[in-house]
Amino acid sequence: MTTSGVLRIATAGSVDDGKSTLIGRLLHDAKAILEDQLAAIERTTAKRGGEGLDLSLLTDGLIAERDQGITIDVAYRYFATPQRKFIIADTPGHEQYTRNMATGASTADASIVLVDARKGLLVQSRRHAIIASLLGLRHVVVAVNKMDLVGHDESVFRSIEGEFGDFLERIGITRVHVIPVSALHGDNVVDRSTAMPWYTGPALLELLETLDTDDIAKRPFRFPVQGVSRSRALDQADYRGYMGRIESGTIARGDSVAVLPGGQRTCVRDILAWHDNAATSLPTASAGQSVTLALAHEVDISRGDLIAAADTDPGDAPRVVQAFDAVLCWMSKNALDLSRRYLLKHTTRNVRARIIELQSQIDVNTGSARPAAGLALNDIGAVRITTQSALVIDPYTTIRSTGAFIVIDEDSNETVAAGMIR
Amino acid sequence: MDSNANPALSTSHLDWLESESIHIMREVAAECANPVLLFSGGKDSIVLLRLAEKAFRPGRFPFPLLHVDTGHNFPEVVEFRDRRAAELGERLIVRSVEDSIATGRVKLRLADESRNRHQSTTLLDAIAEFGFDTCFGGARRDEEKARAKERIFSFRDTFGQWDPRNQRPELWSLYNTRVHAGEHMRVFPISNWTELDVWQYIERERLAVPAIYFAHLREVIPRRGGLMPVSSLVSPRAGEQVETRMVRFRTVGDMTCTAPVESTASDCVAIIEETAVSRITERGATRMDDQTSEASMELRKREGYF
Repeated sequence: MTTSGVLRIATAGSVDDGKSTLIGRLLHDAKAILEDQLAAIERTTAKRGGEGLDLSLLTDGLIAERDQGITIDVAYRYFATPQRKFIIADTPGHEQYTRNMATGASTADASIVLVDARKGLLVQSRRHAIIASLLGLRHVVVAVNKMDLVGHDESVFRSIEGEFGDFLERIGITRVHVIPVSALHGDNVVDRSTAMPWYTGPALLELLETLDTDDIAKRPFRFPVQGVSRSRALDQADYRGYMGRIESGTIARGDSVAVLPGGQRTCVRDILAWHDNAATSLPTASAGQSVTLALAHEVDISRGDLIAAADTDPGDAPRVVQAFDAVLCWMSKNALDLSRRYLLKHTTRNVRARIIELQSQIDVNTGSARPAAGLALNDIGAVRITTQSALVIDPYTTIRSTGAFIVIDEDSNETVAAGMIR
Repeated sequence: MDSNANPALSTSHLDWLESESIHIMREVAAECANPVLLFSGGKDSIVLLRLAEKAFRPGRFPFPLLHVDTGHNFPEVVEFRDRRAAELGERLIVRSVEDSIATGRVKLRLADESRNRHQSTTLLDAIAEFGFDTCFGGARRDEEKARAKERIFSFRDTFGQWDPRNQRPELWSLYNTRVHAGEHMRVFPISNWTELDVWQYIERERLAVPAIYFAHLREVIPRRGGLMPVSSLVSPRAGEQVETRMVRFRTVGDMTCTAPVESTASDCVAIIEETAVSRITERGATRMDDQTSEASMELRKREGYF
């Protein structure tokens, strides 16, 4: 199954950058804002003493956000063009809400980073790019906004393009797209601008319609077991099926698989999905599909085990570990405590863990590493973790689903960190 | 218009949405002690039931169904609710706002006022009665601007309240399902679906829905730019005219505040075409109570609403 029909985008920035205005403009010009929403925005704009349409009101949906004129949490918006469906996660730009930005960016294929043409590269734009890079987003689109306020001057744009391009390259982002726009007037948002004839690239929406997505079906097969189904299906005897979602790769009936961390080998007897009121057998299935696998041999398998491709190149095999290095985004007001025990959720497995070493802290504003004193809210650090029982992992940059985890405080139940395995 | 004329009507994305929803339901089944699925007989919860079949059949659902009956439901929808639960052979629990009124848990200001808000009390009482720690709901982020902000796994404190300023981070599809006693989680497996996706799925899966979703002749009262359906609870006020119009419901809620839209769409295909070109949002067209203030939904949700 392909997900290429849907592009997930994260935008980051604050009202000052014109981020919400840009999304509002994108939705408005793509005719994805409906009449009653426009009428509500007009009413609210007028009530607040403004004129016309304050398009930022469209995404800042919470009372507190409207009162304070800032974005606090992610808003999800949905629209489609004849080419593609889009899910936009409109995320906050203020440093104090970095965890909400990471929430929105974690599932995205592309990030749109806004830069105010008058101000050039600010700390905030850099932070957005660094988080996009850490979370492994495939594309970064830099929208140089408010071009109308610098007289549509090409040299202003080229200077920002050069400076940001160098920065993005340094932090490891390779697919970079830079567009001069005016969100307020709609230049290069949906339609190409006539005010900037020196720019010959696509408008923002055109670009978004053509961005490629990561083809996870081509990676090695990974199937974290969500649960075991013991049922009588069709005319078969009792069968044990393993429920889960294929996180990467493809699988066919008869394929050899390894059950990890135990290491037992068997092969796939059947791939089942419920269809038309019956268990239906599929010859193959691929990344993104939720299915039930039946295996050829009786193997002791439970939730949290990983069924992976067997007989792959050693470089493609997952690692079974109880200690590993990772990057942590700390998301709690309570700072990291190296002396305590945390709960770690990785794929469908929950294990107790300790963060035994804080190796360095990553400066979210420059991307450089520095010695770390501790990890507090919104800090990002490189750490070493040990777990009470084995995890089956891949590097985050190779397979997101088996390289990502969250850290939970067992007392408060709070999600205190998000982690990416190195 | 056919699907070639509008490629936005392609359905390949439905497989992806369906798989995401199944994954969410299976996570709840594995990690939550006592879940329940809120089933109203409306189209979104009808889709939830099909997704539960895809996630758990040939086994039984690892949760019962719960309906909070306002006493203001359309009779066709209540009848559909009972029939669908019986067909599936799953346990349906009904708790009613009428009972909450009788016991004094809910106090009405006006005898015939909308019971939309009052459902929250009955729902929270039912959650406490059965000790549910997780409620599946059919809410979608495209419905309303407060919903657009909500997590898929949305935490509720011991008062059943949503705190939109302090939501748990929710990265990738790693859901933190943990709650303390007395707290609970609302889980929205179709968060990422749109109204159009729901209708395309109903069509693809050939799901039955209550007849009032399709165009029919109905007595209505033009009021505040909308059409109020005449019923035992709604009759014309002074100066208002009752008219018979061809209408359908885009949502089915409390009869005193759910308005139909004019339509001749008599099957799923026609509804999909109408939805694809509609210029008005689902709730904007049909829910009078969401228009009372720009934050009606957020305020209700904070009190424990769905």
